[in-house]
Amino acid sequence: MEDTRPLLLEVEDLKTYMFLDEGTVHAVDGASFSVRRGETLGIVGESGCGKSITARSIMRIVRKPGKIVNGKILWHRTPPSPGNLGQTLDLTTLPEQGEEMRNIRGGEIAMVFQEPMSSLSPVHTIGNQIMEVIMLHQKVSKQEAREKTLLMLNQVGMPQPSRIIDRYPHQLSGGMRQRAMIAMALSCHPDLLIADEPTTALDVTTEAQILSLMRRLQEELGMAIMFITHNLGVVAQMTERVIVMYMGRVVEDASVDDLFYDPKHPYTQALLRSIPRMGSKALGEHTRLASIKGTVPDPFNLPKGCPFHPRCEHAMPGICNVIDPGVTQVGPNHTTRCHLYGDPSQVIPLESKTPASSVA
Amino acid sequence: MAEHLETSKPLLEVKNLKKFFPIKRGFLSKTIGHVKAVDGVSFFVREGETLGLVGESGSGKTTTGRMIVRAHDPSAGSIIFRDRDMGEVDIATLEKSQLKRLRRNIQMIFQDPYSSLNPRMTLLDIVGEPLLVNRIASGKQLTHRVAELLEVVGLRPQYMNRYPHAFSGGQRQRIGIARALAMNPQLIVCDEPVSALDVSVQAQILNLLQDLQRQFRLTYLFVAHDLSVVEHISDRVAVMYVGKIAESATTSKLFTTPKHPYTEALLSAVPKPDPRIRTEPMILSGEVADPANPPSGCYFHPRCRYKIDKCVSEAPVLREIEPDHFVSCHRAEELKLTGAFGPVGVQAPKHSDSQERVEMEKGSV
Repeated sequence: MEDTRPLLLEVEDLKTYMFLDEGTVHAVDGASFSVRRGETLGIVGESGCGKSITARSIMRIVRKPGKIVNGKILWHRTPPSPGNLGQTLDLTTLPEQGEEMRNIRGGEIAMVFQEPMSSLSPVHTIGNQIMEVIMLHQKVSKQEAREKTLLMLNQVGMPQPSRIIDRYPHQLSGGMRQRAMIAMALSCHPDLLIADEPTTALDVTTEAQILSLMRRLQEELGMAIMFITHNLGVVAQMTERVIVMYMGRVVEDASVDDLFYDPKHPYTQALLRSIPRMGSKALGEHTRLASIKGTVPDPFNLPKGCPFHPRCEHAMPGICNVIDPGVTQVGPNHTTRCHLYGDPSQVIPLESKTPASSVA
Repeated sequence: MAEHLETSKPLLEVKNLKKFFPIKRGFLSKTIGHVKAVDGVSFFVREGETLGLVGESGSGKTTTGRMIVRAHDPSAGSIIFRDRDMGEVDIATLEKSQLKRLRRNIQMIFQDPYSSLNPRMTLLDIVGEPLLVNRIASGKQLTHRVAELLEVVGLRPQYMNRYPHAFSGGQRQRIGIARALAMNPQLIVCDEPVSALDVSVQAQILNLLQDLQRQFRLTYLFVAHDLSVVEHISDRVAVMYVGKIAESATTSKLFTTPKHPYTEALLSAVPKPDPRIRTEPMILSGEVADPANPPSGCYFHPRCRYKIDKCVSEAPVLREIEPDHFVSCHRAEELKLTGAFGPVGVQAPKHSDSQERVEMEKGSV
């Protein structure tokens, strides 16, 4: 069961804060996780849990007043081979607009956004936008770039690519725009594709088309995918491993099977119990959903201790509202941040979770 | 819940309802065509039940809901409503002067709790407005009734002088529900009431709606696109496609033995929340038909895997193929279609005893 694929991305104790007039929001507050080459990692959480800011931190496109204040984002550019340690960069140390970061962004790490209409330029044709990406990252002529664009549009299942290439985004349907976004993201064969709620704005039959397309493309191109979503159905169908985020931190990290069949963190358990499951009514099962009491806490006024304790049905007074839980190993490749599984007097420091990696 | 209601008379009966929006072009705004948003829709809702109206964007489900509260005037058809005060009325042709009386008994809950509440009004103003306008209550009495309503939807009455911005999405949705309840309506049209909410909050609101239904014997028309939510809350479900009803049946029938190929594809497309059941969904080719320029015959035929020549030339009509199961498909009887049944997700595990023990021990530390 040990995963032997080399590591591609390691995020260690990442903290991205928003410095607003009203106060500081700890959007990402000590998140640690890793992605292996070719792996599909799901990131789940409710709105405001920091999943999108995590993605933006990796791409180094966090908007002001947001800022990465702590942690490492290790990008293993080339995998280690015998006699070669491989090349590793810490993305947090690179200048946002520097040449290296610009090469990585779009070239090695690409991103697909939720709203294709707001991430595509309305005044350029689909073709020109994809060609721009290709010519920026590869040394090719305009003619070659156009050919590559056509090939890419074909690969993402765009109907009549030779006509669509000269269309503007507003002339396409939602599903076609999302296909164009994916074509653009994959045009330079990235090692990592970050998909931020790629199907949330789509209808369910179009969603099925796009998910099936992404699965096929991953098989063909072999890139790793970070799938950010709040839809547990999409997570179950698309990912190998999942991290659950709550208030800017990773509260559980498990294989998709463990997450659905053996969830450990009370938040994960509650989340799974709160979704209506299709087919359960036909079986005459439950008529009420289990809901999580209360709401997500005010980001300016975080509760002390574990941020989930005011909503947690297992909260232990004197512990959960005082001490912030550390990361506990609860199984092979399965960790959680909850006092139920560790001795709260011995909070494991975060640093010891991931093996130290050297920065080349 | 539906069983004992089977015999009760429908509270709402929609017959051949149509809404065409004109497409205007040019200097003189000449009408050059029509978007057939709703094109001959028929269904009924029995008293005390929930009818789920599902469909993809552009299927006309929201327009249908809005015609029932007469936010849109229908182009044709009738909407028979058994009003508590006025008796049997046809909402489609009701005089403007009578709409105010009608709207005491039909209320609406909206999708976006951020844009549907006036930011300059306090909760007291928002929830109390219908009572004030209809001269039901004022002064102390009004405050008292609003407090009662807020309590019913799970909000603290002390908050009544606050403004909506102080509340989260789920709480705002509760405010909208309290306002809808103020007049003690018979029917509530819920237009995607939970699609803007997070999963954990969504469950709270769905439970609240179910509790209120039992408590006040409410009837819901529940318009939504999320099939698992619709299955959870509805007694019966109607599926819309490009302005028409494709199929309507009791929830369990529709989800286990669908008779329309579109329903089958919809059910198959929903990603199942179970990693052990990974199914390649039935992929529908192409796009949803354009309601301004629909295809010939059955609107679904260009995407249908079961189509025959008849489907291209002749539009099917909605017919009852077995009691309480209506389908608009030429081949409804012969097709054997797959329901959503196979992948019934596991229940998230309950906390095992050992875990509880750990908790107990921890608690005593």
